[in-house]
Amino acid sequence: MAAGSPIGGIPCLLIEIVKEPVGGSAGLGFSIGGGIDQDASRNPWAPDDTGIFVTNVMPDGPAARAGLNPGDKILQANGYDLTMATHKDAIKYLTKKKEQVIRLKIFRPDILRTRGNPAM
Amino acid sequence: METESVRSGNSSYVSHRSHRSRDKHRDRERKRRSRDHNHSSSLLKADRSVTIQTPPHSTTGGGDGEDGEEVIEVQILPQDDNWGDNTTAITGTSEQTSMEDISRMAKDMEDSIGLGSIQHLGVVIATMLSLFAFLTPIAFVVLPLVLWKETLDPCNTVCHGLFISFAFKLLILLIGAWALFFRRPRVVMPRVFVFRSMIMALVFVYTLSYWLFYGVRVLDERPSNYQDIVQYAVSLVDALLFIHYLAVILIELRHLRPQFIVKVVRNTDGENRFYHVGQFSIQRAAVWLLEQYYRDFPPYNPALMHIPTRAPKQLTGFKFYDVDGNPGNASSGQTRAMIAAAGRRHESIHKERYYEEQEYERRVKKRRVRFVCATEEAFTHIKRLSEERGPAVPMDPHEAAQAIFPAFARPMQKYLRVTKQQPYHTMDSILKHLAFCIVHDCTPKAFLERYLTPGPSIQNESEIHKKQKWTLVSDLPLHNSLEPGMSFALREQSFSLLVTVMRIPTIKLKEDYQDPKSNKFVLRLQSETSV
Repeated sequence: MAAGSPIGGIPCLLIEIVKEPVGGSAGLGFSIGGGIDQDASRNPWAPDDTGIFVTNVMPDGPAARAGLNPGDKILQANGYDLTMATHKDAIKYLTKKKEQVIRLKIFRPDILRTRGNPAM
Repeated sequence: METESVRSGNSSYVSHRSHRSRDKHRDRERKRRSRDHNHSSSLLKADRSVTIQTPPHSTTGGGDGEDGEEVIEVQILPQDDNWGDNTTAITGTSEQTSMEDISRMAKDMEDSIGLGSIQHLGVVIATMLSLFAFLTPIAFVVLPLVLWKETLDPCNTVCHGLFISFAFKLLILLIGAWALFFRRPRVVMPRVFVFRSMIMALVFVYTLSYWLFYGVRVLDERPSNYQDIVQYAVSLVDALLFIHYLAVILIELRHLRPQFIVKVVRNTDGENRFYHVGQFSIQRAAVWLLEQYYRDFPPYNPALMHIPTRAPKQLTGFKFYDVDGNPGNASSGQTRAMIAAAGRRHESIHKERYYEEQEYERRVKKRRVRFVCATEEAFTHIKRLSEERGPAVPMDPHEAAQAIFPAFARPMQKYLRVTKQQPYHTMDSILKHLAFCIVHDCTPKAFLERYLTPGPSIQNESEIHKKQKWTLVSDLPLHNSLEPGMSFALREQSFSLLVTVMRIPTIKLKEDYQDPKSNKFVLRLQSETSV
């Protein structure tokens, strides 16, 4: 993942979260909103963007420790594309029981200023 | 022929049911005849087998223990017995033809007598009986005064009070009977009206028993206590009032609660309606349905059955020429070609029919629009005298109608001709209707509604003034109450109404409470899910 010039891609950040399933929840520790079937005009970070966004990160949860921030747009989860996914599909991809580790590719508006390595 | 005897019994019963004569005596006679027939046939069934004993004769040849006597048993086959039994029925069909003759004779008799006394016999008997029953209490009270006034006690207060109540109750009875029963009989029913005859029988029995008691105890003994006699008369009036109540319940109220839904279809053009019907016997249901028919059904117009075609194109049969001259394949080839041609003809028939109907509808619409426009314009020529300023020539409504009628006469005639309505509207009726509309300040639309939509049958007065003859065709006796699944037909001269009965489903209504506080809603535009 060397930083090269993007060839038609979006600069994104790779975040790995280890699931800690507690009770009924999947154990990732954040909330998502959005999807192609939702009303995108109410999106507070990027209006008219129908992607999946992180709306809330629980403090001291696995996502918070991995560096996820509210307002991040999730582009991919374990290889599943979430840029053109409905809300339900996104939840399905994120909460697959077989996978203990989720690798997310996220995008932030100020991605070039973060400390992590920008990945492709 | 065993079956024949059984069937003859059945067929006589069937003819009894389907017989439409209004004469009760004839029914009773035929019942007696059929009963005799069954009785005689049952007698003959008793001795069917006959035993013949041959005289014993010696056997000449070997005789190894053969019986000296020979017993021959002969059984007379039952068919031979009834073969000669043909009192009223040999086969079902012959019975029916004889019944048809009788019914035809009955019809001729009716037609010749007209509204003969036979039909109104029931009504006449009923009125006479009720009059007799009404006058009986009065007679009870008056007779002692007339016959043995001298020995009677003077009437005291209780007796006077009884007199007052007696008078008022009689008055109430009179008013009640007048309100309910004094109507012109609009209907003549084929079978006897069960409830009415039951009530009449009840009245007759009551009055007779009261008279009996009165004759024995009062007229013979001549008691001097007048108060008792008046009380007795008052009790009779009470009994009559209760019979009146029973009559109201049975004849008027019982059938008002809907129990069945009845579908009526006219067999010529498929017009159908559904009605709510209560507990009725078949004949009363038929009468009630006919009353609804005159209100709901448009008149049957036989001319509207066929869509008029402009150019009648007849597809003649195809002629087949055998080009090869091969006699062997001719038949098969021909039939196949004929089937193919018939198939093609079917399609073209569908297409032609479709386009004809479209064409017809277009023509009707065009003529209707012209008619409406002409009428509207004609109506603008007329105004009330009070609204008109300036010089005016006053006319009465009929003259006004005649004045504006020619303005739309021709489009009206063309429209009526296209919709085949012209036999229903004569010039006189149109002018009368126009005058009526003008008098009541109708708009052209109100005047036109009568001609643009075919109204109920009762609007065509020419048909109503003559007595409407309907025939009730049913395979069940007419006194039966309606049952679901039953069907019967009401036949008129040119069409018939088919009636089917269906039961209203029993509805089970349950209660469910919805708390108004539970009607809370959230907006779901951006759903957020925690993962």
